[in-house]
Formats: sequence, structure tokens, C-alpha cells
Amino acid sequence: MADLSSNLAGIRSPNPFWLASAPPTNSGYQVMRAFAAGWGGAVWKTLGEPIVNVTSRFAGLNLGATKMIGMNNIELITDRPLADNLREIAECKAAYPDRPIVASLMTDCSRKAWHDLIEAVQTVPVDGFELNFGCPHGMSERGMGSAVGQDPELVEQITRWTKEAAKVPVIVKLTPNITDVRYTARAAARGGADAISLINTINSLMGVDLETWNPIPHVDGKSSHGGFCGPAVKPIALNMVGDCARDPAVTVPISGIGGIATWRDAVEFMLMGSTNVQVCTAVMRDGFRIVGDMIEGLNNYLDDRGIAAVAEIVGKTVPRFVDWNDLNLDYKIVANIDPATCINCNRCWIACEDAAHQCIDRLVDERGETTLKVDEEHCVGCNLCSMVCPVDECITMVRVDSGENVHTWRERLSVPS
Amino acid sequence: MDTSRALGPPMAEPMTPLDVKVEANRCLNCYDAPCMAACPTSIDIPRFIRRIAQGDLAGSARTIMEANPMGASCARVCPTDELCEGACVYAPDNSPIRIGQLQQHATDWLIADGRLLFGPGPPTGKSVAVVGGGPGGLSAARELARMGHAVTVFEREELAGGLNTYGIVPFRLPAEVALWEVEQVRRMGVDIRTGVTVGKDIAAAQLRADFDAVAITVGMGSVPKLGIEGEDATGVWDALDFIRLAKMEGAVAGLGETVAVIGGGNTAIDAATVSKRLGVPSVTMFYRRGPERMTAYGFEVEFAKSESVEFRYHVLPKRILTTGGRVSGLELIGTDPKGSARPIAGTEHAIPVDTVIFAVGQTKFAALFDAFGVSHERGIVAVDVDMRTNVPGVFAAGDCMFRGGSNDATVVEAAEQGKIAARSIDVWLQEGAR
Repeated sequence: MADLSSNLAGIRSPNPFWLASAPPTNSGYQVMRAFAAGWGGAVWKTLGEPIVNVTSRFAGLNLGATKMIGMNNIELITDRPLADNLREIAECKAAYPDRPIVASLMTDCSRKAWHDLIEAVQTVPVDGFELNFGCPHGMSERGMGSAVGQDPELVEQITRWTKEAAKVPVIVKLTPNITDVRYTARAAARGGADAISLINTINSLMGVDLETWNPIPHVDGKSSHGGFCGPAVKPIALNMVGDCARDPAVTVPISGIGGIATWRDAVEFMLMGSTNVQVCTAVMRDGFRIVGDMIEGLNNYLDDRGIAAVAEIVGKTVPRFVDWNDLNLDYKIVANIDPATCINCNRCWIACEDAAHQCIDRLVDERGETTLKVDEEHCVGCNLCSMVCPVDECITMVRVDSGENVHTWRERLSVPS
Repeated sequence: MDTSRALGPPMAEPMTPLDVKVEANRCLNCYDAPCMAACPTSIDIPRFIRRIAQGDLAGSARTIMEANPMGASCARVCPTDELCEGACVYAPDNSPIRIGQLQQHATDWLIADGRLLFGPGPPTGKSVAVVGGGPGGLSAARELARMGHAVTVFEREELAGGLNTYGIVPFRLPAEVALWEVEQVRRMGVDIRTGVTVGKDIAAAQLRADFDAVAITVGMGSVPKLGIEGEDATGVWDALDFIRLAKMEGAVAGLGETVAVIGGGNTAIDAATVSKRLGVPSVTMFYRRGPERMTAYGFEVEFAKSESVEFRYHVLPKRILTTGGRVSGLELIGTDPKGSARPIAGTEHAIPVDTVIFAVGQTKFAALFDAFGVSHERGIVAVDVDMRTNVPGVFAAGDCMFRGGSNDATVVEAAEQGKIAARSIDVWLQEGAR
């Protein structure tokens, strides 16, 4: 059994799977159920001045018959009184003292407002604070959430104010709705943040109803942009996590968020520099029970590779996430189609023919049987055929260069010809 | 009239919306798809499934019906295991896309919607007589009407649709679906004259004189007599007459407790399963060869077994025993177990039965072909690849040219041959017939 415990800026948890601040952490009842299911920690639904929510709040992005590969959300922060939330946090901590509870916070942009909120919440045993500088919907129109998170100076300033009052670590949650997330990540670090978490949700409009022409989701016929999350956002999140992890000025640990639904996703985020991960959408779709699969899957993965502790994998892929200019121009791969496992769907052929480089030939033998053959001389190794192939490992990409030369664009620019 | 559930539940219930969504989205959308190549009418199957998945049922149904004027009945009667589903890239994994059921979903939508997908083409001034209103004739008629020719279908029965209407068990193909296909053709302006037998009510020569071209799509006739004793007794049935009565009336009186079905093809299976659905306690099929030689589809045999039909192989009927002009028993003789069907003397034995149903092939309309001067070989019309007979201006399609063997006498083959005949007729008319 590998050591799955994690330590994010001093916040220790028995496993790296935390619930993100979101509808699943809205109440003590839910967080108790989550901890009973095995979740390592929870970031409580954002505390602040109670608000009023609309009904009709979520919408799902479906792909074919698969529901909710993404979702968006126009629900705001907690709509329950602060006292109720604090009492329930204390009850959860009493029941599960080994599980960290981090209080997500959002309030007006003043030193006093932040100090007052932190001091109020610190009356119960929270393990940390997460500053919600990310919510893109609703609160941003009132100068909070992503309205703060899009301004590096505000991020630095508010982080500094919170550190003045906080007795536990402060995590700054970053919005992806910004040109380059490294600027706000660096600002958080300058302001004294103990960690950053990313990504919050992405500005989105889920759809338009073809019958009524209403936007989706609609509130009495109207909608506003929401926050997009779920498996569909994972590549965006992973890129931003990787960018922060490899930036020398982002000197704090990272809690990875964005489309994590399985232990496999979690391993990817940790390899890309996340100390732990936070999950929401997968729970919204399948419930708290999924954490059992995550814990066992992660443990089996580590055990199979003889890795004693999950902390050992954190950041291992970060050095390989580089600028395009540093990629080896001499590396050459070509597609190889295994006729033994090919099912003759010809999906690779049409994809290559119409959208890539016309490098698969359909050969008909004397019996009239069609076989597919890669024109290796002209194949550019783009991977498209292997991506559209329904059979795993039927199309593999095979290295054909000598493997001895490394030649990058950066080198080419620096060497006079 | 509603035959759809007169004899019990359908062999395949319509798919639920959830099932449709999952199944349609499971299709890999192959390029140059093997299912399409395996369809005699070349329906673009990935396209019609894609359109179901995208919620364009009208586009899906049009894709089907464009390629196959019998697309609604074929969805139910096609031997999909042997055709599209057998060719599906998922077939080796025992999970082919349920193409037939998805096709039924799309065509059921069209039937419920009621729109007419295809209209007649600009009039050419040419006229075509189609002799026989079954699948081959209707397919030819629809295509000819789309080309702008004036088409008249002559159908000897009260209703058009041929075996689709009368001869296929209602739990596989309700008559309403067959008649809906007839109606699509009629609504295009095709004159469908039922209750008219060519060669009796109107002479072949008259059709040749009145029309610019003729398509012979008469199919085949009744089950032939074997010439054995007792064949005319009460309680002896031609399988096609029997299925027709059961399908159209929902009941057949006087079947008794025990039914013997003679034959090993799909019609024999149908007669047996209909007997079970009519409540006969004991139904047995008697076939002169072994199970491996039966021409019935494997899935039909399995269905019959699931309906508790029993099977006996390597036996021939020798004599029908009667009491007071009614069937009381069947004398059988064993045949060579090596499969030659040669009877073996001394193996005669009698069993008590109340009803005997014969499904041992169909007679041919040789006299009609002679009346048109069309060459045929023992009642099987000879045509070239373009469905042309030896007589200029006379074409043929469907079961009337069925020779047996691997090229099945299926609805889908008849539909495709009807399309080919229509194209040939169009070419012939354009080239200035007369």
C-alpha cells in the first residue's frame, strides 16, 4: 500500500482527493457523507454575505449518448447564513479530525471586510482558507470573484490583507478567464499566498434550445454566462497548471482543479505539478462514491511501479513541458496499422485523406480484400489516424529517425547559417 | 384493420428512446461502410444512423426510403444477420449495431408523420404497365413514377403489397406497414388496379398494345401439390393460404390439437409459429433432410424453437390418413440420413395429426410468361443483368426470376431488382421505344 497522504502548504490530508468548493460541499450533511465515502478533504462552499440564487442553475454538455462531458453553472456562493455553515464545519471537524476543511471565502474588496470574514470563520477549526478569485458568473458583476482574479494588483493586495489576519494557510484560487494565468499566479505568490489552486470555471453559454430559442440554462426565458467545468475543460486546466508549475516566479505549491474524474486524471495533474487535486463535476454526476475508485486506482498505479508515496510523482512531467522552440525537429514518427486488429472501418483512411496528408493507401488484393497501408515516406506523424481508430493499439506511431540528433528551432535561430 | 398484434407480440418490440440514442451513437460511422456494401439496395446506413443520432428523423427516413422503396418492411423482414448486421465491423465481437431496429425506428417515425417523401417527376408522356403489386413491382413503380412515366400496376389480389401484405407473419410484418408502402406509391400518382388478373381479366397482348413498356413482377404462386393420397382432405393447407387467413382474420378454425408442417424453409417456419400463436398445443415441422440443409434462416429456426415448435428431420410424408374426409393422421417414411432425401423402404410409420400444412416451394406463372412471349426455364423468367427479358420492352424483377441458391428470394432483393428494372425501362423509353 503506497503512502497516499498529501501535504499542501502544511495542510495534511490522508489522500490527495479533495472536494472543490462547489454544490457538493454546500452543507455539513454532504461533507459528512463525502468523508464517510473516503474523500481526503473538502473546500467548503464559498462563504460570504448570503446571496439569493436563481432557479435553473446548471446545464450539461453531452456528446452522443454520453451525458455531462462538461457542465456550466450560474449558482452563486452559499445562500445559507454564516453561523449555520460555521456550526456544520465544526461538526464535521469533530467527526473527522484527520480530514482538512478549507473555507472558501469571497467578500467585498476592502481590508476590513476580509479581516472580518476571516476572523469570524476562524472561530471554528478550519484548516485553511481558499480565496475565491475565480467565479466568473454573478459575483463578478458585483466586483468579486473573477473580477478580482483578472487583476494581478488586486490579487496581490487582497492576498496580503488575508495573510494579515489568517492563522492557517491561504490558498488563492485562480480564474482561467485571463490571457495568461501566470501573471495572477505570480501576484498571489508576491502577496504571500501559501498555495494556489486552479482552475476555476470558464466563461460559457451552454446552448440554445432549438424549439424555444431560449439560451440554456434559462431563468424565465433569459440566461447569463456561467462557469464551465467537467472533463471537457481538463486540457485547458492541465495547460494552466503546467504553466504555473514551470514558472520560476510562481513559488508556491499547486492544488489542481479542472475536469478531474478518475485516478488517471489525478495522476496527470500531479505529474504536471499539482500537490493534490480537487473534484466537483464528477461528483455532481456520479456522487461521492467515486472516491473509492480513485483511491484504489491511484494506489494500484503506484504499487505496480514500486513508488512508495504519491508525493514522489508530483511535478515529474513539468521539465518536459517546454516552449515549442525547444522541441526536437529531428524526431520523426510514422503511423503503423496492425492488420491483425484492424476492423476495416476505414475511419483512419477518410480522416487522413480529407484532413491530413493523404498518406494511407487502400490496397485491394486479388481476392478483393481491402487493406490499408501507410505511405511512410509522406506520413508526417500527426497522430490523427490513431486518434480516430476505434481499436486501441491498432494504429501505433513508430519512431523512424535515428534517435541520435536533437535539433530545435531555438538552436536554428541562434546558429548563423 | 390492425394485424399488428392479432397473433401476439412482435418478434422485436420497437426500441425505446433511450435504446435508440445509445445504439445510434454506438455506430462508428465507418467510411465506405461494410454494412452498406452488404445491403442489396445500398442504403447509406451510417448516414441514416447519424441522422437519427442528430435528431433528424425526416432526413434519416429519406435516406432509407430513397435507396429502398420497401425500407419500412425491410427493416422488419430483412435477414440482417446475413446482410448489414452480419457485415458490421462490430459483428466479430458479437455486438453489431442493431441496424434493422434503427431502420424500423426511422421508418415508424415516417409512417406516424404521414408526409410523402417523393413526388412524380415531370411527365415524359410514356406509360408503363407493372404486372404484380408486390415488393418488386412497387419498387419499380415508384422509381418509374419519379422519372415521370405514367405507371399502372395490375394486382390480382384485393390488396397490393404481395407477400408483404399477405404472406409474412404479422408478428414480423403487420399488413399495415406493407399497405403504407403501397400507399406511398399510390400517392405519387401511380394507378394501382387491384383485383385484376393479367392473362384472365386483361390479355398480355392488350398490355403490350396499351403501354410503352411492361414490367413483370408477379412473384410466385401457390404451394404445389405433392401428389400423395389424402392431399385434398379437410385439414390440409397450403402454407401461404393458411398464413394469409391467420394474418388477415386473426383466427383459423378447426386446427385441432396437433399440426404437422411439411417443409424446411422460412414459409414452413412461419406456418409453424403462426400455428403456435393460434394456440395449437403441438406443432411439429417435418423436413426431408437434416437441419444443416434447411433453407430457413438460423434466427427463424431459433425463433420457432423459442415458440415451442418441434422439429423432425429425414422424413417425407407418404400419405395423409383421413376419417370422414378429415385429416386424422400422417404416414411418414424415413429418408437417407446422408441427406439425399431418398426414402428408405420399411421405415414407414403413422402418427396422429389434426392438420397438415404444406410449405414445399411455390408454383410458377409459366402460362403468363408464355403469353408475353418471354423466355423462361420451367417457369423461371430469364433476364439479363439489366432485368431485360428476350422481348424488347418487357422487363422482369422479383421472385418470378428466383432460381434458388444463395441469391435469396427476399423482399430486399426484389426491391433492388425493381429499381434496376425501372432504370432499364427508363433508358429503353428514352431511346425511343416505338
